[in-house]
Amino acid sequence: MASVVFYFQVHQPNRLRRYTVFDSDTSYFDDRQNHDVLRKIAHKCYLPANQVMLDLVRRHEGRFRVSYSLTGTIIDQFRRWAPEVLESFLELGQTGCVELIAETHYHSLAFLYNRDEFIAQTCQHRQMMQELFGQTPRIFRNTELTYNNDVAKVVEDMGFDAILTEGADHVLGYRSPNFIYNPPNCANLRLLLKNYRLSDDIAFRFSNRSWSEWPLTAETFARWVDQINGNGYVCNLFMDYETFGEHQWADTGIFEFLRALPNYVLGSRKNDFLTVSQAIQRYPTVGEMDVPHMISWADTERDISAWLGNSMQANALHDVYALADIVLATEDPVLIDDWRKLQTSDHFYYMCTKWFADGDVHKYFNPYESPYDAYINYMNILDNVRARAANAGVRV
Amino acid sequence: MKVFMLGWEFPPHISGGLGTACYGLTKGLDEIGVDVSFVLPTAIPVSADSHITLRTPLSMLAAGPGKGGPQMLGGEAQPAHRFEHVQFHRLRALLQPYATPHIQEQTLRKLLELSAQGKLDLPENLLPKELAEQLAAIQPPTQLPKGAFAPGAGAQYAGDLMGQVYRYARLAVTLSRMEDFDVVHAHDWMTYPAALAVKAARHKPLVVHVHSTEFDRSGEHINQQVYDVERAGMHGADRVVCVSHLTRSMVVARYGVAPEKVRVVYNAVEMPDGDGLQMKPIRLNEKIVLFLGRVTMQKGPEYFLRAAKKVVEKYDNVRFIMAGSGDMITACIREVADLGLGRYVTFTGFLRGQDVDRVFEMADLYVMPSVSEPFGIAPLEALSHNVPVIISKQSGISEVLTHALKVDFWDIDEMANKILAVLRHPPLQKTLRDHGTIELQKFSWRDSAERLREVYQEVVRA
Repeated sequence: MASVVFYFQVHQPNRLRRYTVFDSDTSYFDDRQNHDVLRKIAHKCYLPANQVMLDLVRRHEGRFRVSYSLTGTIIDQFRRWAPEVLESFLELGQTGCVELIAETHYHSLAFLYNRDEFIAQTCQHRQMMQELFGQTPRIFRNTELTYNNDVAKVVEDMGFDAILTEGADHVLGYRSPNFIYNPPNCANLRLLLKNYRLSDDIAFRFSNRSWSEWPLTAETFARWVDQINGNGYVCNLFMDYETFGEHQWADTGIFEFLRALPNYVLGSRKNDFLTVSQAIQRYPTVGEMDVPHMISWADTERDISAWLGNSMQANALHDVYALADIVLATEDPVLIDDWRKLQTSDHFYYMCTKWFADGDVHKYFNPYESPYDAYINYMNILDNVRARAANAGVRV
Repeated sequence: MKVFMLGWEFPPHISGGLGTACYGLTKGLDEIGVDVSFVLPTAIPVSADSHITLRTPLSMLAAGPGKGGPQMLGGEAQPAHRFEHVQFHRLRALLQPYATPHIQEQTLRKLLELSAQGKLDLPENLLPKELAEQLAAIQPPTQLPKGAFAPGAGAQYAGDLMGQVYRYARLAVTLSRMEDFDVVHAHDWMTYPAALAVKAARHKPLVVHVHSTEFDRSGEHINQQVYDVERAGMHGADRVVCVSHLTRSMVVARYGVAPEKVRVVYNAVEMPDGDGLQMKPIRLNEKIVLFLGRVTMQKGPEYFLRAAKKVVEKYDNVRFIMAGSGDMITACIREVADLGLGRYVTFTGFLRGQDVDRVFEMADLYVMPSVSEPFGIAPLEALSHNVPVIISKQSGISEVLTHALKVDFWDIDEMANKILAVLRHPPLQKTLRDHGTIELQKFSWRDSAERLREVYQEVVRA
């Protein structure tokens, strides 16, 4: 039997407002824009997709299961501007068919720079999931599925059962992402790797008319899932939740596909849907997976060059974490929250110069005209954070 | 394919500008095997290796032949390229790029002075006697009633420049009768009457090349005569080539040219030889922000200075260099004094040859705050010297250059914001520089020349 493990990431950053070197007030975020984007995506994606999921859960009487992670930043935005979306996620949570997965509260790359921050943000997120959904997550995924052996060790020490990451070819080699692995030197932690071919068929290729498989039907896809039998246990379909309605617009037929898929998968009478925890309970690990260098689910390289590919990004990341001691020492919750919101990985993604001239995926999501503008804006804001922290210290 | 090309300044003595573009395009054409008969105006008889020509801008001339006249300050900028397919013809006419009636008059006056002092040998038929007498009778410009040099006013002064333009046209037609070619290619408005005359005399197709329009050069206060010549040239031509889409839009909108007739061929830049890209030594002294170009309205020098004022209020280990001269130079010096920026700003005057290279090598940042720049080769030259650039969005080059900081020319707050960011954050400077120098590779005169050849083939076929 082959088990489909659906995992959806739900996240929005707090985009920054235009902040020049002459600005000095302490509001850094473009709430107007953030509000507008959230409402737009709520309308196009979150609400309709959640509705489809709820329908499927009910129709298939508990045999349709999925996993989600919602970042702290987006939950905060839901509370402020789209409480009905949070309600619908809570409703999904109550069904018993939905597992919540932990991550860093602020969707940050803290692991690379400050272990304590990483742990603090993960605990904060885990606690929020407990308070909101009544579930304490047992599964973890790091920001943008960044992962290596060190991440595994720290995550295991925090008590998690499994971690998700990308099934990057250069670590898999001849092996398949359709099995469960364990990281080196970990007694309990299991590793699930995204099947990027099948995941991207839905998340990217679905509406591409020049794709040989277009238009993709649920029946065809269910057959591909079935082919895993004999050569794997799980079909790890990890993707951005915005796939449903935002990356793939409603008129591509993505919602109809989603609606029909469980029928065909379950109709095989062999295959099913599992949450991550269910998958690791049922299936054994087949071997050790050694990942010494950071991988991620980004771009073709599947590494961290989208956030750390040039000097500007390296400098910005270094500088924001260099402020850790003085910011935390102020014990000012507003300042600390602002500083943590500035750690969200998106801010560094916007500074990426990799394919700037080609104007592709990166540019679509970029609120700035150029990566240089992103860097300049960010560094001006960090100056203000630094000044606030320094002034707070003087007062005490 | 053989081209009868009406151009400028060979080799160019000035950074950026018309001469550089002509040189680059011709070199590109030479490299792809297109034959060119290159015609250019020269007022004074020159031997092959002399550098005294009216191609020197006014400030050099004002200094007199002793200072930077015959000997080039700083030496030749570019090593000579062996042209296989290009023949040069110099026609005796008193024309220089970017001339306005005012500049023309000043140039003539200077020539007469030097000639009277015996320092220069002016051919007699260059200056009609009446004209010389008229000039001698004129008071210095500052004493003239206001409006006497206003564009369009005073036909006799405008007529002098126009007189030279039409004289040039007559000479060009005479030359063209002795040459064999397939197409005529004219660069910038002063050659258009010559080009139209040659087209009519020899029945060959005409391509006019718009490097700038009167609107770019003079804002909304255009000289009607110049506009008329430009318009006539564009309408009389079989194809109009523009250096950017920005310029193309202007040509279509302001000159009523049919869009199908207008093509875009971007300029490029001459890559310096290997030893031009030296690693700069690490300096602990002040940072240098450079403005290099004609100090005239079109180039936005006042925005540069006002942004400089905002910069020094936050960061004072900086020097702003204004390299160039022009009709706004005095006003700029005054502005610097008024802004209290005296100790932060240096005026170098006009630079040429290796002095240009040297000032680029020293710079940490190059700013082009142009009000209306049809293309803008200078930022590419800056990048070829490893200098990151801030460019005005109102420029042709901002259409194609991605690794540069861009700003609206009037937005001095944002300009200062970006200048400060580059000065204060070395990673920004480094990333701009690294990516910019790679992007530079996509600007090649050879590619522009290929595009031109396609245009030639279009008109010859039709």
